[in-house]
Amino acid sequence: MSDTHAQTVRFVRDSMLPQAAPPAGQAGAVRWLRENLFSGWLNTILTVLGLIAVFFLLRGLVPWFAHSVWNANTLTECREIIAQIWGPDARGACFAVVRDRWQQWLFGFYPAHLYWRPVLALVLLFVALAPVLVPGMSRRLMAVSAIYPFLGFWLLWGGSMWLPVVALLGFVIGWVVWRALRGVSPLLAIIAAVIVPVLWWLLAAAPVDRALSSAIPLGIDAVRSDRFGGFVLSLTIGVAAISLSLPLGIALALGRRSDMFLIKTMSVCFIEFIRGVPLITLLFTASLLLNYFLPPGTSFDIILRVIIMVTLFAAAYIAEVIRGGLAALPRGQYEAADALGLNYFQAQRLIVLPQALKISIPGIVSTFIGLFKDTTLVIFVGLLDPLKGITDAVRASMEWKGIYWEPYIFVGTIFFIFCFGMSRYSMYLERRLKRDNR
Amino acid sequence: MANAVNRPKDTFRLGMLLYDTRYRSLTIQIVVFALVVAGAAWLIDNTVQNLAALGKDFDFGFLSMRAGYDIAQRLIPYSQNDTHLRALLVGLMNTLLIAVMGCILATVVGVIVGILRLSSNWLVARLMTIYVEMFRNVPILLWILLFFTAFTEASPAPAVFRGDEGQGLLLGLVAITNRYTAIPDIGVTRGLGSVDLGLFSLNLTFAAIVGVIVISLWLRGRMIRHAAAVQEATGRRPTTWWKSLLIVILPVTLLGWWMGVHLLVPTISGFNFTGGVNVPNAFMALWLALSFYTGAFIAEIVRAGILAVSRGQTEAAFALGLRPRRTMSLVVLPQALRVIVPPLISQFLNLTKNSSLAIAVGYLDLRGTLGGITLNQTGRELECVLLMMLIYLMVSLVISGAMNVYNSRVKLKER
Repeated sequence: MSDTHAQTVRFVRDSMLPQAAPPAGQAGAVRWLRENLFSGWLNTILTVLGLIAVFFLLRGLVPWFAHSVWNANTLTECREIIAQIWGPDARGACFAVVRDRWQQWLFGFYPAHLYWRPVLALVLLFVALAPVLVPGMSRRLMAVSAIYPFLGFWLLWGGSMWLPVVALLGFVIGWVVWRALRGVSPLLAIIAAVIVPVLWWLLAAAPVDRALSSAIPLGIDAVRSDRFGGFVLSLTIGVAAISLSLPLGIALALGRRSDMFLIKTMSVCFIEFIRGVPLITLLFTASLLLNYFLPPGTSFDIILRVIIMVTLFAAAYIAEVIRGGLAALPRGQYEAADALGLNYFQAQRLIVLPQALKISIPGIVSTFIGLFKDTTLVIFVGLLDPLKGITDAVRASMEWKGIYWEPYIFVGTIFFIFCFGMSRYSMYLERRLKRDNR
Repeated sequence: MANAVNRPKDTFRLGMLLYDTRYRSLTIQIVVFALVVAGAAWLIDNTVQNLAALGKDFDFGFLSMRAGYDIAQRLIPYSQNDTHLRALLVGLMNTLLIAVMGCILATVVGVIVGILRLSSNWLVARLMTIYVEMFRNVPILLWILLFFTAFTEASPAPAVFRGDEGQGLLLGLVAITNRYTAIPDIGVTRGLGSVDLGLFSLNLTFAAIVGVIVISLWLRGRMIRHAAAVQEATGRRPTTWWKSLLIVILPVTLLGWWMGVHLLVPTISGFNFTGGVNVPNAFMALWLALSFYTGAFIAEIVRAGILAVSRGQTEAAFALGLRPRRTMSLVVLPQALRVIVPPLISQFLNLTKNSSLAIAVGYLDLRGTLGGITLNQTGRELECVLLMMLIYLMVSLVISGAMNVYNSRVKLKER
């Protein structure tokens, strides 16, 4: 064919040219720069402004970090070292404070020889969470999850082993009663499974605890709540409130979407009240007013009171998030569940909630992140949070008087790692649970 | 058929309360309601007993007693001889001030950052991502403390500015010192005075300016409507831009010129700045921290809102021959706003509630006056905390109510 062309049309080429390199302005780094940084006058201005901002930030920060000192005992010593090495005008970070006092930021005033207990509690927390967080984990680990609240409490606060055991026994008794009566009447079984454990905790638990403690005194050193502080405190409050607020939030969301007028009204009032007031006022309620609301003479732990209030606070927000998920679910799903003859609880458990919770994962996780960040507010009711409580305590000492930026950077970085990790995990969870047939 | 005839229609057995779906919901509601009422009664009974045991009563009379403490920043006149109620109002005004200013700045920051994060500019998009992630993943308290430290530790004392006149001031107008930020004030040479209205005094100069602006805006609205009507009738839109500029700008300028409005630049005298307004660092730190923290959340909301409008909408608008600006205002924004406004409301509410963290920097807002000094002086925890919660609740309800009205206006009318 090429022959014919060669004879009929002179200017038709019969062999391919070798591929030429693209023009310099259309390839490699230049092209990338043109497309991404200088594609128009507006973008060029933005890029220049951005570069100027980055330049000034780095000019301020890089020397400060580069001159940082990690080995010193006091701030004055730190400054002297910087002046010695980098000249009298140099400014540098003094991260020696972190090296010197990191235990306080992590553990507060927890006794030093007992540090292994919060650490073990944290490790066990991940073991307990593993069946929930990681797909394909052995279901047997659920046993650890079930006893973890009691184990964690015992590890953190210490004391007699029998108190958490007796408390746990209440749940076991409830379950046994439910199994025994289930055949007779399901309703009776549920009522009995609620009432019997409550009676156990109210009447029998204290004497049994005393009897067991005197008979077989097993226990570890007790740690008082005022020794708690730093990230141990933040994580204790955060984890407890997160795990308690999720079920409460689900109940409130279902209550708010219920057809029953009274239930709905009460849920709405509760949610709107909690969402309308700042957390700080609720914490004040916990520290100042609970003494009024409880029977005369009762006084219980401030950390526990704060956990209760933070839980109620987070539950209202989670309820709203889950309500959004419930509303986003197509009506057909509810109708299909009804058509299958499932009753309300079956329908919610098997059809509605799994899908609604999946939709609300981003919202739930961001509520959790907010809750974890809000644990810093406990400083205002006298608990030593890592951010202000411990930092002020460190700064109050003679050695580290006048140190400001380094503690904030240290604590901020830890918070960032936790919160950023949680948000990335929620993205991963979203992708993993994504089905096309939503 | 026999079954149908023998249906136990009229007999009511107790078990039906539980097993019959017609009655079960009623039973559940009554039981739950009874439990809640019993719980509330128990709490109230405990409170009554505890109050009696402490020899206290439940009385808001303390609000009319002399407060006896000073408040540095106040929007309404107040002295320490005024009542606790007055102090409460000063605190409430401070809370509202920080909330309103915070919401405005947070929205500006959020919208700009949200749009820039979607920009095709690689550098700017990355920088904005870093800003958003940094602010969202760290407690707000840290930002408040950091901003406060930056103001108090990294800026000079006012006396440093002494000597060289006007030197060292940003743009010659603003001075950031370690105690306050001195900003220019607006002064008038021929003011209209003020009228005392009991609770607060009304500044007539300010009222006149606001009134003139409102009237101008109303007139401009009429003019625009008229232009639209002309366009409907004739197909030609009269030029409006210079008219609206004239209507809005001219009257206010004339009024300002007549009253002699001028800037009062802060000048150093002795150890302090006078002439301008000295904004305490507590306010500045709280305001900036709240705005930038909430701005990061708003940026994400704006970004999600813009991404939610599919590209086909813009292309369809272009195909219809709409200009980019009208495409934005008529097609993209209405749809994006539908997604943006509801979460924006809850961010505004969050900002308002977070303003109670003023406690960290000693800015006397509602929590600082009523829930702080008043509470400690009078020892009435129950009344103070309950009243504080009630006021915050009202503020939240008013904000969410107002924003819901706005939301129902921007919402797409479906079917």
